[in-house]
Amino acid sequence: MVATSHDVMLDIELYQPTDEANALALAGSLGKDGWLLGGGQDTYGWLKDRNKTASAMIELTQVDAWKGIKETSDGIEIGAVTTLTEIAKNPLIKDKFALLATAASKVASPQIRNVGTLAGNLAQDARCWYYRRGLDCYRAGGNLCYADSPEGLNREHAIFGASRCVAVTPSDTAPALVALDATMVVSSEKGQRLVPAQDFFVGPAVNITSMTSLKEGEILTAVRIPNTWANAEFYFEKVADRNVWDFALVSIAAAMKVSNGVIQDASIACGAVECVPRRLGDVENALRGQQRSEQLADQVAQIASRGAEPLNYNHFKIPLVENLVKRAVRG
Amino acid sequence: MAYMHIGKNFVPPDVNGKVTGRIKYAEDYSREGMVYARLLTSPIPHARVVNIDASEALAMDGVFGVLTADDVYPDGEPQGTGLKVLTNEPTLVGEPILAVAAIDEKTAETAITKITVTFERLPFVLDPLDSLAEGGADAYTGGNTYVFRQGFAEEKWSQDQVASFRAGNEPTAEPQQTFAYGDLDAALAASAFVYEGTFTTAGYPHQSMEPRSAMAYWENGKLYLHGTSQSLSALADGMASIVGVPQEDFVFINEATGGGFGQRARANSIPSMAIPAKMSQKINRPVMMRITRDEETAIGGARQGFQGWIKVGFKADGTMAAADLYIVSDNGGKGGGGDAYSAADGISVLYQTEAVRFRGTSIGSNTGHRGAQRGPGQNQIAAIISPILDKAAEELGVDRMKIREINTPQTGDVGGAQRQPFTSAYMPEAFKIASEKFNYAERITRSRQRNGSKVTGIGIGQGYHNAGRSGMDGIVRLTADGRLKVHNGVGNLGTYSYASTSRAAAEVLQMPWERVDVVTGRTDRNLPITSPQDGSNSIFTNTRTNYGAAMDLLGKMKEIAAMELGGDAADYDIGDERVFKSSDKNAGMTFAQIAQKGIELGGKFTGESDLPEELNDFTKISVTRLAGDSLMGIFHDPKHNDNPPGFTVTFTEIEMDVETGKYDIVDMVTVGDCGTVVHPQGLKNQLVGGAVWGIGLAGYERHLYDPQNGLPASTGYWQSKIPTMMDTPAKIQTGWVDLPDPENPVGARGIGEPAMGAVAAAVASAISDSLDGHLFNSAPVTADMIINHVAGVTSDAVPLAQNNFRG
Repeated sequence: MVATSHDVMLDIELYQPTDEANALALAGSLGKDGWLLGGGQDTYGWLKDRNKTASAMIELTQVDAWKGIKETSDGIEIGAVTTLTEIAKNPLIKDKFALLATAASKVASPQIRNVGTLAGNLAQDARCWYYRRGLDCYRAGGNLCYADSPEGLNREHAIFGASRCVAVTPSDTAPALVALDATMVVSSEKGQRLVPAQDFFVGPAVNITSMTSLKEGEILTAVRIPNTWANAEFYFEKVADRNVWDFALVSIAAAMKVSNGVIQDASIACGAVECVPRRLGDVENALRGQQRSEQLADQVAQIASRGAEPLNYNHFKIPLVENLVKRAVRG
Repeated sequence: MAYMHIGKNFVPPDVNGKVTGRIKYAEDYSREGMVYARLLTSPIPHARVVNIDASEALAMDGVFGVLTADDVYPDGEPQGTGLKVLTNEPTLVGEPILAVAAIDEKTAETAITKITVTFERLPFVLDPLDSLAEGGADAYTGGNTYVFRQGFAEEKWSQDQVASFRAGNEPTAEPQQTFAYGDLDAALAASAFVYEGTFTTAGYPHQSMEPRSAMAYWENGKLYLHGTSQSLSALADGMASIVGVPQEDFVFINEATGGGFGQRARANSIPSMAIPAKMSQKINRPVMMRITRDEETAIGGARQGFQGWIKVGFKADGTMAAADLYIVSDNGGKGGGGDAYSAADGISVLYQTEAVRFRGTSIGSNTGHRGAQRGPGQNQIAAIISPILDKAAEELGVDRMKIREINTPQTGDVGGAQRQPFTSAYMPEAFKIASEKFNYAERITRSRQRNGSKVTGIGIGQGYHNAGRSGMDGIVRLTADGRLKVHNGVGNLGTYSYASTSRAAAEVLQMPWERVDVVTGRTDRNLPITSPQDGSNSIFTNTRTNYGAAMDLLGKMKEIAAMELGGDAADYDIGDERVFKSSDKNAGMTFAQIAQKGIELGGKFTGESDLPEELNDFTKISVTRLAGDSLMGIFHDPKHNDNPPGFTVTFTEIEMDVETGKYDIVDMVTVGDCGTVVHPQGLKNQLVGGAVWGIGLAGYERHLYDPQNGLPASTGYWQSKIPTMMDTPAKIQTGWVDLPDPENPVGARGIGEPAMGAVAAAVASAISDSLDGHLFNSAPVTADMIINHVAGVTSDAVPLAQNNFRG
């Protein structure tokens, strides 16, 4: 039975480490009992509704080492608890990787971007309303999916890659980072591991209870963007019911290198169509070496929707994906 | 007419408090020893409570008590529709079952998790047509509909009848309710264009910004209740009865209200405020009960959804000859309203239709409590009928504004089911003002122009609501210091009506505004009964009462002057806070002197005798308490004649992106016909606020309930999809006709509800225009619907679905 409406959190131990080592040590020692807190925009809904609980919380936003944006020898590195507003406004990102700046500027609302962090936006949990409501679905450890059923309300759900769960990635910055071939810096007491953005996000076939490859004790501490796509031609668009404070129905992030009208290279990812940002590899292959044209846009758009398996209420995502790909190719 | 106050902007007394955040809402109060109540609400859409075991919760430290329906209704729950205070027979998810009071909210919430409620699950239904179909579940115990004074009943159609309706055909079952006038068959036969089809409009919650929190305590036998309302006196009148306390012993305190929109007008739409009152009585402590957003969504009211069929006939010149409607309206989990009737009535008024037939049936569903929401009925149908008018205009070769102008009501016309004359109607003038502001002649040439994926859509809409009542009372007083006190029971909703209606009294007495005190905020300040601030009626109704009370006061003032200075009352005039002889301005008395003399005289001058016979009981209590210490003007407003309408006209231009289903509202002009404008800034706020609501109705807001378990999916501000400032035009141009209505002493009529309907209609019209006149026959029209239409995707969604996506 679903819980009655709650509005007050239970008591939680709050840890506010100010240095990296301390934070990692806490994450290691607390393990699954240590709820990682960024801007809190994903966290507090869960805890106030009491649909998830935590005995301890590690606030990460006071670790200076994990904040800020800096240029590296091969691109830039963004501290994971840098706010989305800072990313959207940062001159370096706007200059070289405007795709990410635009994506960050489309997240939720100004108020949420002011406190919401990059790590929080990337690692936020599924927004499937059944799951958030506290139902015992697969993702919550149960044995059914309420959305993928004959009567499920699944307008916002996946058209690709379903595996028991049909929730989609809700992040606006995730497709941008996948398209930019970013690398996630995942830290723990044991050290660091570097994870390609594409592999950082995991679908339900890999792990149905987590949308990322983060393990207990691990913290996403930075995101590195190589210069591969620096100053490329970018296109980001998020289609949502509302123009602010909403999640994407479908989003697209594209980076293209175009010379004399010929697309030399392309990297494109879609959000909100699959549990992970969907890299459109076939579309990219079809674009490489081709003269940019409306006809080309039409051709590759159809490739983008191949294999889609719409649910009751999300057939519209197929033409929407196709249209967004067209727009990205048109530039 | 040159007015001193009417038509002038002013700073209402509550503005500073609202700007600075210092004004107090119910949640902002506290009381020594106050404890906190939280609710256990039904997780099941339709059930019967078999047992409640609260022993573990009651044993917890810091828990003071549990209140159940058995406490509230010792003789059993009332068997009828409508929200109850608490219930053992929930008919929607989120309905309050019990309350727990504890030292703090956390303890109360934890205590709730220790309570075991055993429910007997009952069949539930979310779509009225599913319930109507033979074999379908009933939303209520005892049926799927409620017959006034007869009780619950079961209304069933054959499966074939339901399937035929869903397939787009005219329903064939007997309706519960009808009205008709004119010769429909003849009118249809005389029509050059007839449109026929089914339509759906969504129900959706009111989502007032302030949840219906309340705090209560008892002191010396009196109940003090801090709550929220659209009108203090109208609500207090009924709330005392719900709690079971004599009106004399009930004090309702409500300085400011964060939105009502129809669901805080009367006590029976907000009975949850009785919970802290009853709990406080039970545990003998002040009790604060904060309502969460989730709870507000469940019990805060919702608009009725429609599953309808419409047939409209137009003559060759565009005259609307016939309108035939059959509407199944969604009564939700606790009964509903009369939206469907009002929808047909609204068409009759707005388009002066020569022959109208309405057939309607209201059926329950186990979804949010339904009740009046801003323009109930008129506004839903506005978004459906407007694109049909455009279709008729296109088919008949009539200009889209012209087809509306030739059908529009004007002074001397009658309208609606009752064929009632209008007190006045200045729609032709409103069209002229709005079309010129919008530059319609030039704008219409852009209709359907395409630029890349963007297509321009031009939309026109009209709104209507009956906007005036009578039968209420007024109290004004002149105190010994010469100040005017206007006692006003109209709530402080943010419309400033409580203040602007008071200015009618100041106008009568030519009183500088800084010398006027609006007495409101709590009923022990002795307020007259006022109409609930609903139905767009406040400005009409309460300027009449305040004007009448001020005229009574003025008569008494002149009478006193004549007694003191000689001559007849008719020989006296007023000005500069003095009563003086018309023939000799120097022979007079100050208002203060007049008041002092009146107090000395007592009797009828101070409210101790000669009260108007028809004065309402609520007002009599107030007058009795006030009697003796000031010169009083008291008035009971007799019944007014005819229908005082509120009208609006909206023009809009949108830029539709056919690849994303998103559109920008490039421009919007909305103009009101509400008689004489009393408060321009307040009117502008109403027009703009109504516009945002209209945009929501046309394109965003809808109830969603999971068919598998009856859970609401569109609860908070995110999922409800209320339009944000980024979804609405940066600037909405407003205007008004500003011609007086003869049935109101200052010429005013209401505007609140039509302000929304015209915009919903205009946006729906513009969406249709941008898509080559495609009729979605639906409100809202969401991005996915537009994408599917453009792509030719035929969805497998259930036709005419309620509380679900359209697919």
